[in-house]
Amino acid sequence: MALDVRREAAETARSPRPRRQITTAFVVSRIAVLAVAAAILLYAVPPLVAAGSWVSLGLLGAASAAIAYLYLTRRFVPAKYLVPGTVFLIAFQVFPVLYTVTTAFTNFGDGHRGDKAAAITAIETGSVRQTPGSPEYALTAALRGDRLVFLLVDPATKQVRVGDSSGLAPLAGARVGITGKVLSAPGLRVLKAPEAAARGQEITALAVPTGDGVIKANGLSRAVEGKAALLYDAGCDCVRGDGGPWTADESQGYFVNAGGEHLAQGWQVNVGLDNFARVLTNPTISGYFAGVLGWNLVFALASVLGTFALGMAVALALHHPRMRGTRVYRIVLILPYAMPAFAMLLVWRDMFNRDFGLINQLLGADIDWLGQVGTARLGVILVNLWLGFPYMFLVTTGALQAIPRELTEAAAIDGATPWKAFRRVTLPLLLVALTPLLISSFAYNFNNFNAIALTTDGGPFPADSPQVGGTDLLITYTFRLAFGAGGAQFGFAAAISVFIFTIVAVISAVAFRRTRRQEEIYA
Amino acid sequence: MRMRALGVAALATLAFAATACGDSQQASPSAAPAETGASASAPAAGGGTLVIWADPSRVKPLKPFADQFGAENGVTVEVKEISKDNQQTFLTASQQGSGPDIMIGAHDWIGNLVQNGAIDPVTLTDAQKAAFSPKAIQAVTFNGQIYGAPYAVENIALIRNTELAPDAPATIEDMVAKGKQLKADGKVKEVLCIPVGQKGDAFHVYPIFASAGGALFGATAGGDPDPKQVLVGSPGSVKAFGKLRELGEKGDGALRTSITNENYIVNFAGGKCAYLISGPWAMSEVKKGGIAYDITAVPPFEGGKPATPFVGVQSFFVASKGKNKALAQEFVANYVTNKDVAKALYEADPRPPALTAALQEVQASDPDAVKFMEAGKDGMPMPAIPEMAAIWEPFGIAENAVVKGGDAAKAAAAAQKAIDGSLKH
Repeated sequence: MALDVRREAAETARSPRPRRQITTAFVVSRIAVLAVAAAILLYAVPPLVAAGSWVSLGLLGAASAAIAYLYLTRRFVPAKYLVPGTVFLIAFQVFPVLYTVTTAFTNFGDGHRGDKAAAITAIETGSVRQTPGSPEYALTAALRGDRLVFLLVDPATKQVRVGDSSGLAPLAGARVGITGKVLSAPGLRVLKAPEAAARGQEITALAVPTGDGVIKANGLSRAVEGKAALLYDAGCDCVRGDGGPWTADESQGYFVNAGGEHLAQGWQVNVGLDNFARVLTNPTISGYFAGVLGWNLVFALASVLGTFALGMAVALALHHPRMRGTRVYRIVLILPYAMPAFAMLLVWRDMFNRDFGLINQLLGADIDWLGQVGTARLGVILVNLWLGFPYMFLVTTGALQAIPRELTEAAAIDGATPWKAFRRVTLPLLLVALTPLLISSFAYNFNNFNAIALTTDGGPFPADSPQVGGTDLLITYTFRLAFGAGGAQFGFAAAISVFIFTIVAVISAVAFRRTRRQEEIYA
Repeated sequence: MRMRALGVAALATLAFAATACGDSQQASPSAAPAETGASASAPAAGGGTLVIWADPSRVKPLKPFADQFGAENGVTVEVKEISKDNQQTFLTASQQGSGPDIMIGAHDWIGNLVQNGAIDPVTLTDAQKAAFSPKAIQAVTFNGQIYGAPYAVENIALIRNTELAPDAPATIEDMVAKGKQLKADGKVKEVLCIPVGQKGDAFHVYPIFASAGGALFGATAGGDPDPKQVLVGSPGSVKAFGKLRELGEKGDGALRTSITNENYIVNFAGGKCAYLISGPWAMSEVKKGGIAYDITAVPPFEGGKPATPFVGVQSFFVASKGKNKALAQEFVANYVTNKDVAKALYEADPRPPALTAALQEVQASDPDAVKFMEAGKDGMPMPAIPEMAAIWEPFGIAENAVVKGGDAAKAAAAAQKAIDGSLKH
C-alpha cells in the first residue's frame, strides 16, 4: 500500500516533464548496442563450457540478463549511465590491479608457469630415452576393426610386427613398400597419410609395451622404443628415478632430492609474503633503494617542471597579441610531440655517442655523455624536456585562452608590471587548470620506462655494482631485477609494482590534497 | 505496449546474435580448442591444422614446404609470423593453450623452454644425427636429450678489409699492431670494430676473453656448463679482464665504448676500420659497402688459449602443449631435416646450414658460409642452461668498466657477486 502511494507520488512528480520522443534512430541504436554487448558476452560461452567453469558461466548469464533488462526497461536511468563506465573500470582497472596483487603472492615465473600436473607430464616426457640398440621402426598406422594399431617394420630385418596397448605380435602376410611403410595387411585396414594425420592424438597416445619400455610413435612414419628415466609416484608424492627420489616441495614448487638439487620443471605455488620480503631484504635492492628513489624523484620533478616552464614560456610568447605567424610556430613546436617517441629516443642516444654523435661533433667536444653519471643524467633530462614540452605548450595554450585578457589589462591599469601581472594573475589561474595535469605528468615520468631504457638503459654502471646504474629509475631497475638475470619472475615483478604503485599513489594523493586547497583559494 | 514490442524485437535480435555467434564457432574448427579434441575421436576428411611460429625472415621460405607437407598429410599448415619477444610470446601462449605446434628459435632458449615444460625432446635416428654438423647436435642437446632439429649454425668471426689488411692476423697482438699503424697513417679511424657500448657486449668479446684465459662456467662431468660453478670472478677471468683493459681506451684503444651494436658494422662497411668482429648477419651490409673482405677465425693472443666464439644454432622445436603433436614430430624429425628445406631457409636468410649436405651445396655459390663455419669449428655452443641469463649483463658491465680503464679484479669480483646474488635466489 505504502509502496503504491509512493509510486503515485513519483508518477505525479514526473508527469509535468515532457515524455521523451522515441525515434527510430534511438530504437535502432539501442538494439545495435545491446546486440553487440550480448554478442561479446556470448562469445565467452564456448570457452567457459569447454573449461567446465559453471560458476563463471552462471555469472556471465546473470550479467547478460542484468544488462539486457537494464537497457530494456525505462527505470534505473542513472544506472544506464553508470554501468558502462563501471564495467570498463572493473575490466581495465580493478581486475588488473587485483591480478597484480594476487600474482605478487605466488612464484609465477620461468620454471613455475604451470600447475603441478603439467610439471609432472613435462618431467616424464622429457626423461624418455631411446632404449640403446633398439631398432628405428618404420611406422604405419592401421585399424583393426575400429581400434588403432601400429604396424612396425624393423629396418634391418624387414620383419613386420603389429603392436597395440597389450603388446607386440608378429604379423604375417603384410606387403611392405620400399620406404618401409606397410602397404596392406590381412585383416587390417592401413590408414592413408591424411587419415593417420586426423588420428594424430590417438597415435601420440598409443604406447606399445615391450619387455623393458614402450614403443611410441615419433611422428607419423617412425616409432622408437624408449623408457622414462623419471616416473611420478602418487603414493609418496615424489618422482622416482635418476638422482631421486625427488620429493615434491610445495613451498617452492619444485621436486627436490636429498642433495638439495631440484628438477628443472617446477609449478606455481603460493609463496605468501616472500616476494615482498625479498624486495625489503635483498641487499641489492634495499642497499640502493634510497639512491635510486632520490634520482627518480629528481628526474620526474625536473621533467615536469622543465617541460612546464619551457612549454608555458613558449605558449605565453605566442599568446601575446602582437605575435605574428603563430600558426607556423605552433606547427614547428608540435613536431617533437608528433614524432614517435621511441624512435626519437634512439636517435638521441646515438647523437650523444662520444665519437660518432652529432652533439660532440657540433660542439667539437670529446665528452662521454652517456658514460658519466652527471652528463648522462643531464642528457636524459634534456631529451625528456625536448620530448615533453610540446605537450605542456599545448595544454597551456588551451588554458590561456580561458583566462580573460581583461584581467591582465585590469592589472596593468592598476599599475602592475607585466611580471607581477603574470605572477599574481595569470600563473595562479593557469595552475588551477593545469595542476592535475602536472601531477599526472609527474606520475607518468616517475615511471617513464622508455625514456631511460631506450637511451641509457640505466647506465652508466659503476664497476663495483653492476646492477644499478646512474640513471636507473625504480621501474627500469626493478625491471632488470625481475626480468634480467633470473628469466621472467612475474611474482617478484608484481610485488615490486605494488611498492611502486604505493609510492606514486602517496605522492599523488598529497599533491592532490594541496591542489584542492589551492583551488579553494583561487576558484 | 510500444515498449513491450520494442523489448520483443530486441530479444529477437539477441537470439539472432546468439545463433550467429554459435554458427561462426562451428564454421571455424581451428578457433575452438574443444573442436580439435573432437576431431581425434571422429576423424573427418581434414586432419586438422598444424601451426608453426617463425620469425619474419623465415615465414616466406617455409611456406612452400609447409604447404607441401600439408598436402601430403591432408592437413592445413599455417605459418604464423611472430616478430617480437618470440621466446616469451611462445611461453605465454603455450601456457594458456593458444600456442603453436612447432616453434622456431635459437638453441640457447632450450634450457628455459624445458624448465617451463614447453618443448618435447625430438628423436633423431643415428643417420639423421650424422647428417648434421657435430657442433649443431651438441648445441641442441640438453640434459642428454636432443630438443630440436637444427637448421642453421652461426658464430662470429674476424672479417677484415683486404685492401687495408691483406694478411689474416695470426694473433690479437698482430691485429692490434696493424690496426694501430693504419690509424696512425690516417687510413682508418678505429683499430677494431667490435661493439662494446655502455653496457658491454659479452657475445662479441667472448672469443677474446676466452683466449685470454677467462671462463664463464665450469664443466659438469658430462662436459656441459655447470651452473654451480660460475667462474666470472676466478683468477683466470680476472687476468682476462686485465687483457681486455689493455686493449681498452686507456691502452691500445682497440675496444671502445663509443662503438656500439648500431654503428660497428656501418663503420666497417664505410672503411673506418680494417677489422670487424661480427657474424653472418653483418654480410649484407658489408657487401653493400663494396669493400674487398675476407673471413677468418678470431685470432688468439700470442701464447694464449684458442679464441672460441659462441656458436648459436637455429632450430625447430616441438611444442609440448601443441594440439597436433604427432604431426609436429613428423614435420620436425622427418621433414625439415631434409636438405631442400635447409637450402630454402638459407636462401631467404644466409646463415650457414646445419646440414652438412646443404652446406656443401651452398659452398659453391657462397664461400662466406663455409668460412664462417670454419671460423666456428672450435666454437663453444652458447650455454643453453637458464642460468646463462644471469651472466650477460653483469659480465657486460664488467667489460665496459675495464674497457674504460677500471680495475679488472674489482670489476670481475663485482660481476661474480651480482651473478651469485641472482642465482642464489
